[in-house]
Order: sequence, then C-alpha cells, then structure tokens
Amino acid sequence: MPALLEVRDLHVHLGESHVLQGVDLDVPAGGITALLGRNGVGKTTTLRALLGLMPRRGSVRLDGDAIEREATHRIVLRGLGYVPEDRDVFAGLTVDENLKLAVRDGEDARYDLVYDLFPELKQRGRQRAGTLSGGQQQMVAIGRALLNRNRLLLIDEPTKGLAPALVADVARVLERVAESETALLVEQNLAVVRRLAGAIVVLDQGRVVHTGPPTDLDDEALVHRLLGVGHAA
Amino acid sequence: MSTFLLLTITGLGLAAMYFLVASGLSLIYGLMGVLNFAHGAFLTVGAYATWFAESKLGGISSLTWRFVLASLIGLLVGGIFAALVELVLIRPLYLRHIEQVLVTVGLSLATVALVQGIWGNDPRLYAVPPWLHETTSVGSASIPNDRWIEIAAALLVLAGLKAFLRYTRYGLIIRAGVENRAMVTALGIDVRKAFTLVFAIGGVAASLAGVLSGVYFSEVDPGRGTSLLIFAFIVVVIGGLGSITGSAVASVVVGLTQQYVNYYSSGIGDLSIVLVLALVLLARPASLEGRTA
Amino acid sequence: MSKALRLLVPLALVGLLALVPTFGFGLGGVFPGPLSSPGTLQLLAVCFVFSGVALSYDLLFGFTGLLSFGHALYFAAGAYVSAIAVTKWHWSFAEACLVTAAVGLVLPAIVGWISLRTSGIAFAMVTLAFAQAGEILVQKDPHGWTGGNDSLGYDYHHVPAIFVGVFNTKNLYWLALGYAVVVFSIVAWTVRSSPGHVLQAIRENERRVEVLGLRTRRYKLLAFVLGSFLATAGGVIYMLAFNGASPGITTPDFTLMLLVMVVLGGTGTLWGPILGGALYWYADQRLVAVGGSHAIQSLPSVLRTPLSQPLFVLGVLFILVVFFLPGGVVGLAARGRAGRRGLRRLEDSLRRSPRLEGEGL
Ligand SMILES: Nc1ncnc2c1ncn2[C@@H]1O[C@H](COP(=O)(O)OP(=O)(O)O)[C@@H](O)[C@H]1O
Ligand SMILES: [Mg+2]
Repeated sequence: MPALLEVRDLHVHLGESHVLQGVDLDVPAGGITALLGRNGVGKTTTLRALLGLMPRRGSVRLDGDAIEREATHRIVLRGLGYVPEDRDVFAGLTVDENLKLAVRDGEDARYDLVYDLFPELKQRGRQRAGTLSGGQQQMVAIGRALLNRNRLLLIDEPTKGLAPALVADVARVLERVAESETALLVEQNLAVVRRLAGAIVVLDQGRVVHTGPPTDLDDEALVHRLLGVGHAA
Repeated sequence: MSTFLLLTITGLGLAAMYFLVASGLSLIYGLMGVLNFAHGAFLTVGAYATWFAESKLGGISSLTWRFVLASLIGLLVGGIFAALVELVLIRPLYLRHIEQVLVTVGLSLATVALVQGIWGNDPRLYAVPPWLHETTSVGSASIPNDRWIEIAAALLVLAGLKAFLRYTRYGLIIRAGVENRAMVTALGIDVRKAFTLVFAIGGVAASLAGVLSGVYFSEVDPGRGTSLLIFAFIVVVIGGLGSITGSAVASVVVGLTQQYVNYYSSGIGDLSIVLVLALVLLARPASLEGRTA
Repeated sequence: MSKALRLLVPLALVGLLALVPTFGFGLGGVFPGPLSSPGTLQLLAVCFVFSGVALSYDLLFGFTGLLSFGHALYFAAGAYVSAIAVTKWHWSFAEACLVTAAVGLVLPAIVGWISLRTSGIAFAMVTLAFAQAGEILVQKDPHGWTGGNDSLGYDYHHVPAIFVGVFNTKNLYWLALGYAVVVFSIVAWTVRSSPGHVLQAIRENERRVEVLGLRTRRYKLLAFVLGSFLATAGGVIYMLAFNGASPGITTPDFTLMLLVMVVLGGTGTLWGPILGGALYWYADQRLVAVGGSHAIQSLPSVLRTPLSQPLFVLGVLFILVVFFLPGGVVGLAARGRAGRRGLRRLEDSLRRSPRLEGEGL
C-alpha cells in the first residue's frame, strides 16, 4: 500500500544555506510518525515546505496526488491541519474568532470534539488569544487544527516550553487524536515520542538518516549519535 | 467663541477627508505591506468620475438626486479601478514590496497625467446642490452645511469599517492577515481575495474623499489627490500603520491643528503638521508597527 | 574588462563630452540644433545635472536601501537658497555657495536624524512629509523671498559672468559635466570604501549588521547627508541653468521623477542613474516636442491624448520597466553579457530573487 504522504528529494534553500538537501520521507496512513533531529536541522522547514510556506523543489504526494506546485491554501484544503512551532495564534482575535477563522467553507466544524478535549476553550471564548498562557495558546493552536476533519496533521513541537503537567495533558490529547487521525509530529521530548509514535524518522545534515520503529530510541548510542546529548530519555 | 466653533467644525471636516484617505492606506499597508502611492489617483479617479457623471445626468432635475447618483457612480468607478489595480499590477509582484511601491508610483504619475490630458490642468467646477453651501447657525456661529456631510460621511465609514472588520468573515480574515498572513493561508484561506477587497474598499473610501473635497473646495483639479495623500501619509504614520482607530484619532489631531494654527498665526498650519509629526516621531519612535482595530 | 580599461573608457567618454561644445554639426533630429548650439548644450547640461542628482539618490535608495521620498527638498534647497542669497540678500556668489553648502549639510542632518527613527515604508512617508514642508514654505513665501507660485529669477549681477547669457552656455555645460563627474567619483569611491560596504550590507540585511555591533543608524545618516548634500550642489547648477528657481522642483513629483530615473537606469549601480537621469530628461524634453508633433496630433484622440502627455508615457514606461526589466537599462546590458557567458550567473541571481520566496501564493 502506498503511503499517505510521500516526499521525494525535497530541497529548500534559505538565503545562502541549503537547508534541506533531498529529503525522502513516507508517512503511512493512521497513527503518528515522529520527525526527529537536532535543533536547527530543518524539521520546521520540512513541515513548512510541505505546506508550500517556503520555496521548495522536489516531489510531494498526498494520497497519490502531486501537491508540490500548489498554493498553501489549496494544499490545506486537501485536508492538511497545521499546528505551528510557536503556536501562531492570532493575538488580537478572541479564542472564538481564532477557532471560527479555521473552519473551512462547507465543512462541519467539530466543536464538540474540540470542547471535549479542551473545555477551557469554551469558557475563555471571548478572551483575546494574546492574553492566554502558553499552554492555553497551544490548546487554541491544536484545537483549530482539529476542528476540521483532516487527512494529515502536521504538528510542530507541541510540548515546547510547557510545564511538565501540561506536557502530559498535551500527550494525552495527541494519544486520543492518534486513534482516529494521521499525524506527522515533530517532538523533542523522547518520552512523549515513545508513548505516541508508531514510527520515527530522523533528519541530519539536510537528509533523512534513519527510519525505524520507536523502540530504536532505546539504543543509547544511536540516540546520542543522531540527536545529540541534550535529549532526555 | 463662534470663530472657534467654525474652526473646529471646519477642522473636523478636513479631518474627515484625511481619514477617508488614510483608513484605506492604512488597511492596505497593514494587510499587504504595500505603500500605495496610487491612492491619490483613486481619489482623483473617483472625483472626476463623479464630476463627469453629473455632467451627463442633466435629465434628472433634482440637483440633490443628481449629485447623489453621480457620487454613487464615482464611488463605484473608484472602487473598481482600485480592485483592477490590485489584480493587474500589485498581485503579480506579491511580496516584492519595493517593486509594488514603484508600480504605484508609476501609476500615480500616469493617471494624473492622463486626467490632465483629457480634462486639462484647470479646476473643474463641482455642481453641488445649493443647500450644501448654505449655512446653519449653531449658537452664534454660521457653519457651512457641507461640513456636516463630511463629518457624517467619515463617521459612517468609520463605523462601517469597524463593524465590517468585527462581524464579517472577511473582516476576520483581514484582522488575522494583518497579524500573520502566512498563518491565514495555512488555515486554507485564499488571502489574496482579501487583498483585492481592501483595495476596493480603499478605492471607494478615497473616491468618497475626492467627492467630498470637490464639495468642500467647490471644484476638483488633477493634483488634488496627491496633495491630500501627503496629509494622509502623515495621519497614517502618527496613527500607527494598520490601525483604523489610530487613523481616525490622528486625522482629528491633524485637521484641528491645521485649522487652529492657520487661523491664529497666518497660514503656517500645514507646516505645523510636519512639526507635530516630528514631535510624535521623537517622542514615540516605536509606534509604527500597527494593528487593525 | 581589465582594470586599466575600466578607467580608460570613462575618461575617454568624459574627454569626448568635454569637446562637444566645439562640434558645429548636428545629429539629425536627435537634438534641437547643432551640438555646439546653446539649445543643445543647455539640454545636455541639464541632463548631466540629473545624472548626478539621480546618482546621489541612488546612493540612498539603491546602495543603502533607504527609500526616501524627500530628495526634492535638498535639491530645491540648493536652488532656492543660492538664488535667494544672490537675489534678495545681494550676496556674492561665493558667499551664496557657502551658505547653501551649510544648509545642504545641516538640513539633511536634522531631517535624517529624525526620520531615521523609522525605517522602511514609514521612512518613506516621513521624508515625504518633510519635503512637503519645504514645498509649503516655498509656496507660502513668508518673507517674500521665494516668489511663491511663481519662479524666482536670479539677479545676474551677483552671478559669475561666465555663466550668464546664451553665449556662455558652453561654460555651464562644462560646469554640469564636471558636477556629474565629481558626483560619480565621490559615490564610486564611497561605495567601494569600507563604510560603503557597510551601507550595502545594511541594504541586504540590517539585522545582521547590527549583530556585528555596528550602529547602522549612524551609517544610514552618513549616506543620507552625503546623498542630500550632492543633490544640493546639483540644485545650485540647476539654478544657474534656468536663471533661478521654480516651485516645480519642490514637489513630491520631482522626487518621484528621480526615482524613475534611477529605476530606469538600474538601481544600485553607478552607471544606471547616470544614464537614467540623462535619458529621462532628454526623453521628457523631446517627448514634449514629439507630443506636439504632427504625427501625434494627427492620431485619433484615444491615442493622441495619452501620448501627448510626457508624464503618462514615462509613468507607463516606468511600470513596464519594473515588471519586465528589473535591472533597468544597465541591467539589460549586463543580461546581454550574461547571455554570452552562459546563463549560470543569471540563474543564480534568479534563484536568490525574492520572486521565489513566498507565503504559499
Ligand atoms: N528565514 C530563514 N532564513 C534563513 N535561514 C533560516 C530561516 N529560517 C530558518 N533558517 C535556518 O534553517 C535551518 C533549519 O531551521 P528549522 O527548520 O527551524 O530547524 P528545526 O525546526 O529543526 O529546529 C536553521 O539552521 C535555521 O537557522
Ligand atoms: Mg523547529
């Protein structure tokens, strides 16, 4: 069976630097695939390139359809949900407005699901997103991606900068999401990756250097070599 | 006291025109990062289209209705012209801000020259209903009626724009786009439609300013757009790029300062505005990143 | 081109241009009369003035990335202050030049210091506002010095006799040529000096320069004052060429015209504005002649009306250049060379061009 997302020979240049130098990557339908790598290796760049948010070369297929030449909004309307690294909620808009903006024309918004996962978003509907805490902003960012029924979620470091209790909350949410959806997840917290991911993909020096099951993370030498020392097991 | 009242109302009338030009400029800049030099051309196009339509509508005997209809046609023409400019000239240069500014510069030169070529350099008389130039007594002051119309039009546009930004889906898209355009597209929204829309809105508002300036000065000339545009630039910088409310407040400050200073110290009101701008910049250099509100 | 050649060609060109007032022949319909006629020399002199002024503007816009919309102010200051000094204050020409030079340094220092608190588009708007103050001042004419809406003719008793009168047009020609050469030399030297490299780095990426610990605002102010000062000097020669100053040079349209000259010629190059300034002025003057010509006047009015407006033709031309000829005239020449050398370099520059950077549109 072909993968849901097939990336071949993806290149990105940013200014003088050749950030992605031919990334090959498959995301199978169902469950979570984790994208790992050192800081600055190009994980965020990969997600943004898939979405057409930066100039890129190479082939990207979603369910067999080539999407690498399409505009971002068209790619997204094919059923891609994006949770960006720094949340990028609209600070001047209320929580309600942030969610409303994400609802796509002609689709039923899954408010029930979102409010079930994050009851706080319902209570804080009229609060400006800029005045929320980091954890609450992350709920908005994840919530707005879940409002629509997506074929693939691109989630970039959802636990970054969160307190440990909140990290566990987010992990719980993602676990539930993974039961019914497919996601490509960038995540530095290896404990979270072990718990959620069905497969891991490691980036280094602009290329994919390792693919395998999450149990590969038990190999300390491998982790050290590919991800550096900063990673807590 | 009556002089003061007259000056105030007249200043607000001027402020109304500045606001109508500045609000569109500010929205366009806020959403797209484009400094639209052709905004003065929109004003000129709207004002001349109104004047032209009015001269062809002799069949309508009521001067008031003729003028209202001509104005509506002028606003429509100005709005369509602006939308076409966005589609044809601005969109292909997406994100190339300097080139976009250059194109609007070229357009503004060419449009003004074309209007000069067709209708000449001399001012054209604006035939407005006579009651607009009659006065109404407020206390001991006699206020020309057109001032009320100018102020009311600006207030309506202000309220309309705020409501549009607040309650409609496109308003939501524009407010979000001013903050972070890329994220709006990443939600599956074609933000370019909003670009065309803000140009059209800006074109209509500028045309309205053109019509009102025709009423205020009783005539229209090809250079009117450029001269109002410069004050609108000052308003936008003082009020904060991208902020509608900021533009409204700054227009009032600029309009009133200009009138008061002009009256109390023979004709240097326009210079005093530049001084206000300098003071604002010195006091508040970081005020220039605006948001819509 | 070898280094010697790079020096030789401009020198030969200047030498040739310096001899033009001795050429008694004409060039068909290219100029209004023989090359040595006062009409042609006057036209060429003003072309040189605009070559220099356009290059002074390019120092700001093309080399430093400062989009100033107020360059007219400094040019007009040169013309008006010198004209007022000789005509209204009855100063000698030397004294007038001294005070004009002082204004040409102090005025941009103050305006630049304030305007450079902003950057980008806001800087454009603020510089425009200050220039507007200059226009208003000239029009309001508070002391009866500027002549308001009318032009201010100079008092020829206080202007060196060698620059007065039709028979001395050749002296004016040489003066203007000298001005363009001096501006070219100063700007060329500046952009190749190490502060000049900082200016170009600021244009590329101001943040990065700041990270290196350099105070970018100081460098920008330096460029602003130098560029404005050179424009002021051009204003003085313009004043001599037109026997005074006129309010048209204080308007925003005048600055826009400089911008058009730079972009037409080639932004961020030395030769581009030199060519662009001269070509624009030439085209503007000759288009008036062409616009009034029989060929144009006999066209149907849909075509005749726009084509007889020089600013319309130039405005449209300008838009076309921005769209289809981003490097201007000089860029076109460079592209020809690139074609002969193979397309590799052009492709490199295209890959880096912002056209490909997107937000997904
Ligand atoms: N706009 C940009 N311009 C130039 N370089 C960039 C830009 N954005 C990111 N980079 C560089 O690209 C590389 C990859 O960044 P990123 O994808 O954010 O890494 P990661 O998400 O893996 O930490 C980094 O070295 C970063 O410095
Ligand atoms: Mg990242």
